[in-house]
Amino acid sequence: MAETITFYMLGGLILLFAVLVVSTRNTVHGIIFLVIDFLVVALLYASMNSMFVAAIQVLVYAGGIVVLYLFVVMLVNHKRPPEEYADPNRRNWLGAAMTAAVLGELVIIGAYASLRPAAVSASATKVGYVKETAMVLYTDYIIPFELVSILLLVAMVGAIILARREW
Amino acid sequence: MIDSVVIPLLKILIVLNAVLVAVTFMVLLERKVIAWTQVRLGPMRVGPHGILQPIADVLKLMIKEDITPVKADRWVFTMSPMLVLVPALIMFAVIPFGPTTSLFGREVTLYITDLNVGLLYIVSVTSIGVYGIILAGWSSNSKYPLLAGLRASAQLISYEVAVTMALVSMIVSAGTLSMVGIVNAQASQGVWYLFIQPVAFFIFFVGGLAETNRAPFDMPEAEQELTGGFHTEYSGMRVALFFLAEYANMIVLASVATTLFLGGWLRPFPNVEALAFLGIIPSWCWFLLKTFVFLYIFIWIRATLPRYRYDQLMRIGWKVLIPLAIANVVVSGILKVMF
Amino acid sequence: MGPITPTHYVLLSSALFMIGVFGVITRRNIIIIFMSIELILNAVNINLIAFSLQWGNSIGQVFVLFVIAVAAAEAAVGLGIILAMYRNKETINIDEMNVLKW
Repeated sequence: MAETITFYMLGGLILLFAVLVVSTRNTVHGIIFLVIDFLVVALLYASMNSMFVAAIQVLVYAGGIVVLYLFVVMLVNHKRPPEEYADPNRRNWLGAAMTAAVLGELVIIGAYASLRPAAVSASATKVGYVKETAMVLYTDYIIPFELVSILLLVAMVGAIILARREW
Repeated sequence: MIDSVVIPLLKILIVLNAVLVAVTFMVLLERKVIAWTQVRLGPMRVGPHGILQPIADVLKLMIKEDITPVKADRWVFTMSPMLVLVPALIMFAVIPFGPTTSLFGREVTLYITDLNVGLLYIVSVTSIGVYGIILAGWSSNSKYPLLAGLRASAQLISYEVAVTMALVSMIVSAGTLSMVGIVNAQASQGVWYLFIQPVAFFIFFVGGLAETNRAPFDMPEAEQELTGGFHTEYSGMRVALFFLAEYANMIVLASVATTLFLGGWLRPFPNVEALAFLGIIPSWCWFLLKTFVFLYIFIWIRATLPRYRYDQLMRIGWKVLIPLAIANVVVSGILKVMF
Repeated sequence: MGPITPTHYVLLSSALFMIGVFGVITRRNIIIIFMSIELILNAVNINLIAFSLQWGNSIGQVFVLFVIAVAAAEAAVGLGIILAMYRNKETINIDEMNVLKW
């Protein structure tokens, strides 16, 4: 019972803040809503017993990536509102219609699925703890791990070069 | 019901009240210690030897006028002090003040909770604390706070990397992320981690000074620079919240350093039987004593060292501390595998 | 409203995904577009964790760590591009970044 209430509350907050992010006019407000959204997603992970990923979500996403967005917004913030010029070939109504269609399908799927509830399978092993995740990460997936570290190095060097001023 | 709801609530109440009172008296302590270092007396008027000075400070800040700049973004301007204070306070949820003791006939753990990722929780919440500063600087709609806010947050995120790497080498030694587990690991090793990982301690200490904007890294908020930094436009209770947050951050940092490097609630030489008479002092008293030593060292450093310039500060963070921390992780890993 | 099955999580992540896609298609401010991309990546992460819970092994969690690392790299490079573009054209309206248009 407590799990059900938690899931619906957290899910509702996630979707609410996501809608606020994509519909706000002020960029900094959008960033604040995005941070709150990421924190609620981390709470959702914690309710799914994945403490490690929740902490990493807060540390990297909410505490790193969005801070980067905030810095860039401070640097490019100028007084002219950016939504003045619109490309005449833009078809926003098509995007809204497709989104509404998919969301309607999701409602239908949800209603259908609630008539035939799937079985909740209990997991025997401890999932979400640091040790188990680390064992899988460093033994089975060591090569993607090293590749991701090279990717991060490349991204760091690339970002520095792209954002450098040409004196 | 009692064990799962009432006792944690009581613990939270006690810890929050203790922290808020401690923070106000930290202000007095800092003024007194800096005064004695400079061969003068500090606040002496209010109460005997100035003991009641914090009460006078709080009263003054509460009755001051609350000024909001006209073009400031109202919501963000009001919310930023809270955004700075809340991460500092919720970090106290995982700090262990003592082991399981029996109080009033009940087994009570002297910490609010013991997450199995406790250390990672502290690092994550520290990285959220950046938002209040940037948003305070931006929402003031004024040049100096914006620049100071950007500088302060750039300093915070630079030193965050070094501190996290130093903590990674600590985790390699301890083998667990939970704070209680780290103290127990020190008890089983018989020696504080200060002696096993001195480099990590040094990096954590210096990085912690920079993270809490304390001297010698307090350029973003010093009065001589940028006219007061990111809290220039704030007045009254809101600026009190900023200072509360800074001192609460300091206390959290001192507590974390105590838990990780000085053995938490353990008495000195916990495995030596000859010194068992030291067990008379309860465990949380040892914890508070060690935290107090760190706080005193923070104030001492502020009274003694001059301030770093901003480019020197960034150079130290990126070019000195991060390579040192990474080398420390590698060496710790090698030593841990070999022994 | 029975117990929470993975179906619930899949529906939540699909809804979040579609909100992110709507943001990418509709908005003109390039920073909001990037933030909507981050929403899409978060939707994928929720999906992966839900299935990791259902299957009972940690492979989903490892995949989430990789997705988060890749999102961080992509955000850094993307913001570098935005900064470079802003220095040249003084705009963050994506409809005005059409120098290569025929």
